[in-house]
Amino acid sequence: MMPAGEHRPPPHGRFQGCERALRLRILAAPAAACLVASCRQAGVLDPQGPVASAERLILFNATAIMLVVVLPVIALTLAFAWWYRASNRRAVYWPDWSYSGHIELVVWAIPAMVVILLAGVAWTGSHVLDPAHKLDANANPIRIEVVSLDWKWLFIYPDLEIATVNQLVVPTGVPVEFQLTSATVMNSFFVPQLGSQIYTMPGMTTRLNLLAERPGDYAGLSANFSGDGFSDMRFLVHVVPASDFSSWRERARSEGAVLNAAAYSQLARTAGTTQMQTYRSVDPNLFERIVQQNTAAEPTAAPPKED
Amino acid sequence: MLGKLNWHAIPFDQPIPMAAALLVVVTILAVLSLVTWKGWWPYLWREWLTSVDHKRIGVMYVLLALVLLLRGFMDAIMMRSQLAIAAGGAQGYLPPEHYDQIFSAHGTIMIFFMAMPFMVGLMNFVVPLQLGVRDVAFPVLNAISFWLTASGALLVNISLVVGEFARTGWLAYPPLSELQFSPGVGVDYYLWALQISGIGTLLAGINMVTTILKLRAPGMGYMRMPVFCWTALCSSMLIVAAFPVLTATFGMLLLDRYVGMHFFTNDGGGNFMMYINLIWIWGHPEVYILALPAFGIFSEVIATFSGKPLFGYRSMVLATLAICVLSFMVWLHHFFTMGAGADVNAVFGIASMIIAIPTGVKLFNWLFTLYRGRIRFEVPVLWAIGFMVTFAIGGMTGVLQAVPPADFVLHNSLFLVAHFHNVIIGSVVFGAMAGYYYWFPKAFGFTLERRLGVVSFWCWLIGFYLAFMPLYALGLLGMTRRMQHYADLSWQPYLIVAEVGAVIILCGIVATVAQLVVSIRTRESRRDLGGDPWNGRTLEWSTSSPPPAYNFAVLPQVDSLDAFWAMKQRGPRRAAARYESIEVPRNSANGFVTAFFAVVTGFAMIWHIWWLAILGLVCAVLTLLAFGWVERVEQEVSGEQLANDERVRLRPMDPA
Amino acid sequence: MSAQAATAGLAGEEEATPRGQGSDGPAPVRIVVAYGFWIFLLSDIIMFSALFATYAVLSGQTARGPSGHDLFELRHVGIETVCLLFSSYTCGLGVLAIERRRLTFFYVSFALTFALGATFLGLELSEFVGLVARGAGPSRSAFLSAFFSLVGLHGAHVTAGLLWLGFMVAQTAARGPRDFVRRRLLCFSLFWHALDIIWVALLTLVYLMGAR
Repeated sequence: MMPAGEHRPPPHGRFQGCERALRLRILAAPAAACLVASCRQAGVLDPQGPVASAERLILFNATAIMLVVVLPVIALTLAFAWWYRASNRRAVYWPDWSYSGHIELVVWAIPAMVVILLAGVAWTGSHVLDPAHKLDANANPIRIEVVSLDWKWLFIYPDLEIATVNQLVVPTGVPVEFQLTSATVMNSFFVPQLGSQIYTMPGMTTRLNLLAERPGDYAGLSANFSGDGFSDMRFLVHVVPASDFSSWRERARSEGAVLNAAAYSQLARTAGTTQMQTYRSVDPNLFERIVQQNTAAEPTAAPPKED
Repeated sequence: MLGKLNWHAIPFDQPIPMAAALLVVVTILAVLSLVTWKGWWPYLWREWLTSVDHKRIGVMYVLLALVLLLRGFMDAIMMRSQLAIAAGGAQGYLPPEHYDQIFSAHGTIMIFFMAMPFMVGLMNFVVPLQLGVRDVAFPVLNAISFWLTASGALLVNISLVVGEFARTGWLAYPPLSELQFSPGVGVDYYLWALQISGIGTLLAGINMVTTILKLRAPGMGYMRMPVFCWTALCSSMLIVAAFPVLTATFGMLLLDRYVGMHFFTNDGGGNFMMYINLIWIWGHPEVYILALPAFGIFSEVIATFSGKPLFGYRSMVLATLAICVLSFMVWLHHFFTMGAGADVNAVFGIASMIIAIPTGVKLFNWLFTLYRGRIRFEVPVLWAIGFMVTFAIGGMTGVLQAVPPADFVLHNSLFLVAHFHNVIIGSVVFGAMAGYYYWFPKAFGFTLERRLGVVSFWCWLIGFYLAFMPLYALGLLGMTRRMQHYADLSWQPYLIVAEVGAVIILCGIVATVAQLVVSIRTRESRRDLGGDPWNGRTLEWSTSSPPPAYNFAVLPQVDSLDAFWAMKQRGPRRAAARYESIEVPRNSANGFVTAFFAVVTGFAMIWHIWWLAILGLVCAVLTLLAFGWVERVEQEVSGEQLANDERVRLRPMDPA
Repeated sequence: MSAQAATAGLAGEEEATPRGQGSDGPAPVRIVVAYGFWIFLLSDIIMFSALFATYAVLSGQTARGPSGHDLFELRHVGIETVCLLFSSYTCGLGVLAIERRRLTFFYVSFALTFALGATFLGLELSEFVGLVARGAGPSRSAFLSAFFSLVGLHGAHVTAGLLWLGFMVAQTAARGPRDFVRRRLLCFSLFWHALDIIWVALLTLVYLMGAR
C-alpha cells in the first residue's frame, strides 16, 4: 500500500469553472482526479459525450417505464395493508377468496408488457451502444491503446508515438478508439462522464469507442477490484480543444523519457501508483507485445479475442 | 512437519486483527467453559450434536446463521466506518491488505454462512412438518450436511486467528486469486471452506428434493403442497444443479494453485474468463436458491395473517418453477462489460428481464392476498410488508441493470452494491427474520416477545434505507465498489449517512438478541399450548409445539390445499386414532465426527501439512465406512407407547 | 443409508408396490433410496459436464506442447473401454444374482467386476505415468490440465467405486442379502453404470475426437 503521507503531487491540470476544487487542493492536497470529481456535477448523471448521454437517457427511460408499475404497487401494498387491518371493521373480509381469472390475466400481463417495452430498449441500446461500435463524427478518430498495470494506467498513442501514465489527453469532438488489455490481472477502464466501461484482460484485447464533447478534466478509474493498490488506480482525462491538443502533443514529444522495453519493464515492475508522466517516444509494437507476453509460448494459436 | 504454518501466521503485530482474533478465541473459550461448568456436555451430545432429527438440525442451522450474521455484520460496520473517514487524503484505520480481507469475508460469510444456513435451516425444520411426514428422506445424511456447513464456517473463522483470509472479493476472480497474484493462504482458506460447506449444501439439496418428491402425507398431491414446500423444492433443485458447478470450478482453481495447472492462469494457455462464466452459472441460481424459500415464507405469512388462502396458488407455483428454470439462463448479465458483443449482451439482458415477469406476478399475488383479508399485524407481517415495498425498489434497480448499456455505467459501482443488498436484505434477510419469528413457537413451544420484535423490524427497515439509498446515489456519482479510500470529499456525507444506517441496523440486531433473551426468561408466560399460535393453515400447526421427535403419531390425511385449515373448518380437531408402531432414527455421531475430520483435512491442506491432510481424509472415509457398517439406524416405538406418549402430549391441546 | 425412519411402519418395504407420485403417502424405502441416489448421480454428472465444457474450451490451448493427436493411443484406450464396459455387465449380473439370493454367483460377478475395474484403473495410471514421463504432465499446458483433471476425476470415481465394492462384498458376507444390503448394492450398481455413461462421453470427446 501507499503510506499515508505519500500523495501524488497536484498535477498541472486545468480546472474549468470549479471553484471548490482549488479550495480542496489547499485543504487536502489530494490527487487530480479528486479535484475534478469533487465538482458539484459529476458521475454518470453529468455526461460529457454522446455515449454517456445516450446511456443516461436509457437509464432515465427504463426507470420511468418501471416506475409506472412500481409506484402503484408500493402505494397499493401500503394502502391494502392499512385498510384491511384486522381492527378496521368497515373493511370487507372474504375469507375464502383466492382466485380470479381476470386478475390473474392482468397480473401476468402487466409485468410482461413492461418487459416487452424494456426488451426493446435493451435490444436497440445494446446494438447502438456496443462498446466496439465506432462512433460517427466529422473528425478523424484517434487511436489509443490502454494497458492496466499494478496499479496504474498506461496510455499509448500509437499514431503519435507517445505514451502517458495515469493521464489521458484527448481533443474535443474527436472519436477515440480504445484498444485495451492488462499486463496483470483484470481491471475495468471507466470514465463515468464519458460513458461505457470495459474490462481490461491479460492476454486479450477489448475495444471501446468514446467521444468527449466539452473540454474539461474528468475522473477515470478502474472499476474492477485488482488488489491492494486498487483504490489509487485512478487517472485523469484531460479533454482539450483540438488546437491545445496539438500543442500538448508537440510538448509531449519534446520532453519526458523514452518508453522502451527497459523503461516498460521498470514501470510494470514497480507496484503501486505512479504520478502522471509522459513518454516522448514509444515502441510502436509495445501494446501487441504486452498482449502477447502472456501467451508468448504459443504464437501459432490465436489468443482468445474479445470484440 | 507443519507445512507453511508457523508463529508468524498469528497477527501479533497488527492490533485490529489481533483484537478480532482474541474476541473470537475468548468467546469460544467462554462458551466451552460455560458448557463444561454447567455439565451440559452429555445433554448437548445426546440431544443436539448427534441428533438426526430434522427439527434439531434445522434449529442448529439457524443458530449457525445467527452467529455468523454477527460476524458478517461486524465486518460491515468496520467497512462503513473505514469509508466514513477515509476521504480526501485520509487512509482511515484499515490498511488495504486488511480492508480487502474484510470485504471478501463479509460477502463470503453473509452468502454462504448466513443466508444459506438460514434458508436451509428453515427448510429443514418446516418442510417435513408441512408435508405431514416424520423426517427427511435421509436423516443421517442431513446431520452430515449440517456439520459440513458448520466446518466451512469454522475454517473461515479460523482464518481470523491463524493466517489471513482471501483479499480477492467474495468470488475470488482469477487471475487475481491465482498463486502468482495471491501467494498467501487467504484464497486457500476461502476455497477449502467453501468446498467443504458446498458438499454439505449439495447433500442437503439432494435430501430435500427426495423428501419433497417421495415423502408426503397420504393425499398430498403436488398441487396440495404448501407454497413454501414448492419454493423449497425449486430451491433444492437449483442446489442440486448449481453446486456441482461450483465444486468443479473451485476444484480447478485449487488444482491451479496446488499443482501448477493452467485452467485460469495468464500463462500456459489458461483462460480466466471461463472461471467467471462458471462461477456465475452457479452464482445466479444461488441468488434464487436464497430468494425462493424467502418468497415461500412470505406466501405462508401473508396468507396466515390475512386469514385467507394465498391468492393465485397455481400462478404462484408456475412463477416459482419459471424462476427456477430461467435462473440458469441469465448468468452473463454479471459481466456485460467483458465485451461479448451486442447480440449476446442483448439476449442475456432480455432473458434477465423475463425473470421479472414471474417475480412481478408473485408480488401482485401477495398484494391480492392482502386484499379483502383481515390482517393481524404480528411481527412476521411487518417483515412481509417491508419486504414487498423494499423488494419492489430492489427489483426495479435490478431490471435497470439488465439493460446492457445502463449496466455499462452502473457495473461494479456502489449502485450495484446497493441493488444486491436491496434485494438480498429485502427478500432473504427479511424473509429469514419473518420465518424465524413465525416458526419459533413451533420449534420451542413459546412465542417470541413482540415489542422487541417490532423494534428490531423498524431498526432494520430504517437502517436499511439509510445505509443503502446513499449508495445508489454514490454509484451514480461514479464511486466504484471495494475502494479502501477515496479522494472525493463530496462523497463523504453520503458515506457517513450510510454508516449511521449501519449502526441503526446494529440496533435491530441487538434488539433481536435481546428479544431472544427476554423471551427465554419469560417463556412460561408465553407458552404455546395449543400448537397453533397464529391460527395457521398448514400441517405444521396441527401437531404440538414443539412437535415430538416423530412429528405425527399418525400421518395426517390430506384432501385439500391448506390442509390444517380445512381440518379446523370440518370441526373436531382430532379423531380417535389407532396407533401403530413406528420407527424413529437413532442418534448418530457420523456427521459430527466426519465433519471434524473434514476440518482437519481442510486446515492441513491450507497450510500444506500433507501428512495431516492424508490422515484426516483417511479418517473421514473410515468414519463413513464404520458408520455404514452398522445396520440398524432406527429404533422402534411401539403402538402402546406411542398411544401413551400421545395422551400426555395432547392433553394441553385438548380444547375441553 | 437411513431413509427408513419416515416410512417404516407404513409400508413393508419390499412388499409394497411403488405408488407413483406419493399422493398415497410416503414412498417405500427402496424407492426413496434409489431416487435420492439418482439425484446424487445427476448432480455428479453436472459436475462432470462443467469439466467437459472446460475441456472443450481448453483442448486447443496446448501452449506449444503436445496435442491429443501426439499423445493418445487408441489401442490402449480401447482395452480400458472394454474392461469398463464389461465390468458394468458383470456388475449388473451380480445385482440380479443377489436379488435371487444366489450368493456364489454374486461373489463371482463382483470379483470379476473388481478385477476389471482395477485393470481399467491400472491401465489409466500407466497412461498417466507415461505422459508425465514424456514431459506431458498436467502443468505443461491448459489442454493437459483439462485432460488430466477430467480423466482423473473419472478415475477417482472408479477408485471410490472399487473401495465401495469391496466394502459391499464384505458387508454381504457378514450380514447376508438383507434389505439394506440389497438397497446399497442397487445404488452401487447405479453408480457403476453412471461411470460407464460418463466414460463413453469421455472416450468420444477426449480420445476419439482428440486423436484425429
